[in-house]
Amino acid sequence: MPSLSDYRDRIASVKSTRKITSAMKMVAASKLRKAQDQAEASQPYARSMAAMMARVAGNISISDSSPKLLVGTGSDQKHLIVVVTADRGLCAGFNTNVVKMARLLRNKLKGEGKDVSFVCAGRKGGDLLKREAGDSIWQRFTGIIGKTRVEYADSDKVAQFVLEKFEAGEFDICTMVYNEFESVLTQTPTTQQLIPFKMPEEQDNEEKGAVPEGPVSVYTFEPDEQEILKALLPKNISVQIYRAFLDSSAGEQAARMTAMDNATRNAGDMIDNLSLQYNRARQAHITKELIEIISGAEAI
Amino acid sequence: MTEQSTIDFELVSPERKLVSEPVNMVVIPGSEGEMGVGSGHSSVLSSLNPGVIALYTNDNEEPRKIFVAGGFADVTAEICTVLAEEAILLEDLNQSEIDQELKDLNEDLGMAAEESDKAKIEDRITITKAKRRAVTGEAIF
Repeated sequence: MPSLSDYRDRIASVKSTRKITSAMKMVAASKLRKAQDQAEASQPYARSMAAMMARVAGNISISDSSPKLLVGTGSDQKHLIVVVTADRGLCAGFNTNVVKMARLLRNKLKGEGKDVSFVCAGRKGGDLLKREAGDSIWQRFTGIIGKTRVEYADSDKVAQFVLEKFEAGEFDICTMVYNEFESVLTQTPTTQQLIPFKMPEEQDNEEKGAVPEGPVSVYTFEPDEQEILKALLPKNISVQIYRAFLDSSAGEQAARMTAMDNATRNAGDMIDNLSLQYNRARQAHITKELIEIISGAEAI
Repeated sequence: MTEQSTIDFELVSPERKLVSEPVNMVVIPGSEGEMGVGSGHSSVLSSLNPGVIALYTNDNEEPRKIFVAGGFADVTAEICTVLAEEAILLEDLNQSEIDQELKDLNEDLGMAAEESDKAKIEDRITITKAKRRAVTGEAIF
């Protein structure tokens, strides 16, 4: 049976853990606000970009000379998966869910006999995939998500890396796996195909609603559709990656906030429990001493 | 000027919306030449060269000038949206700093070994040169 001082030590240690988790919760909450604000501020650009893409893509006829980023390389043998996670843990299933999804995708593609490589944004994703896919991780980017601000330049760096590899013909299809920020309580792991470009259905409809069009307005393109598309497509990839980073950044803080909230509550329960046991032990100890004294007195 | 002669102008960067206001006319540095855009302009989607956007909000005032390092413009009759990754108010640009940057970039270019690096630096140089032209007020071609 643990002694009284053992109980006291346990209670003290759980108490200090609770202090840490509740502090982490508050820090996460304030970071979450900032991350959400930033995600909101980046909306107009992403929306305009999507609108432009829709217009250009709607106007273009697909031919052999169409950019490969739009029509693909014509093969689907080599896949690249961009895994977007956080740099740090202690945020419940946030990282593992994305990695799990990436792993499933990899196994599915492997089962079809495809080659799969990874680019990991966020330290945790790389750590979790290292053991099983160490050689096929091309590059790991860290220090992007979890900063006070997610810099567009950082996501551009990742996009440039992906584009260079694509130009070099090292993969045919690129998919991104990331946590979509739905609400503070839910972050859903999502896959999104980056290359070749796929028009997201819902956004398309949204756009149609947003642009007041009677008869379809005739657009002039300068220099021309092909040239604009060639310039737009790589930018769009940067923007999509940026959006995923922002979502992950907000999602990470939200997940951590929830996890730490739970941890704080659990620590509270544990302290209650331990205090109860401690008091029982203390009373048992007193009773024992009394019995000893009384029986000692009787013996004389 | 008739009523309703303004067009909404929006300048957005990936990180936030920079400018959103009605203007009389805006001049944008399109890749096929500069374009003056006013209310009722025909729909155009254009890529932009590095250069200066001039906002004419008031007939009597000097236009407000913003430097952009390339991007895209989406023009309809009511709204002109410019997507730019880098946008700086012209008055915030400083010629000596730009000259220094240009010098540094040229040095980098000399040291760059790989083709892809060189191309990147050359892009930067083009942008910086455009910045310089914007500041010194030389003709933009």
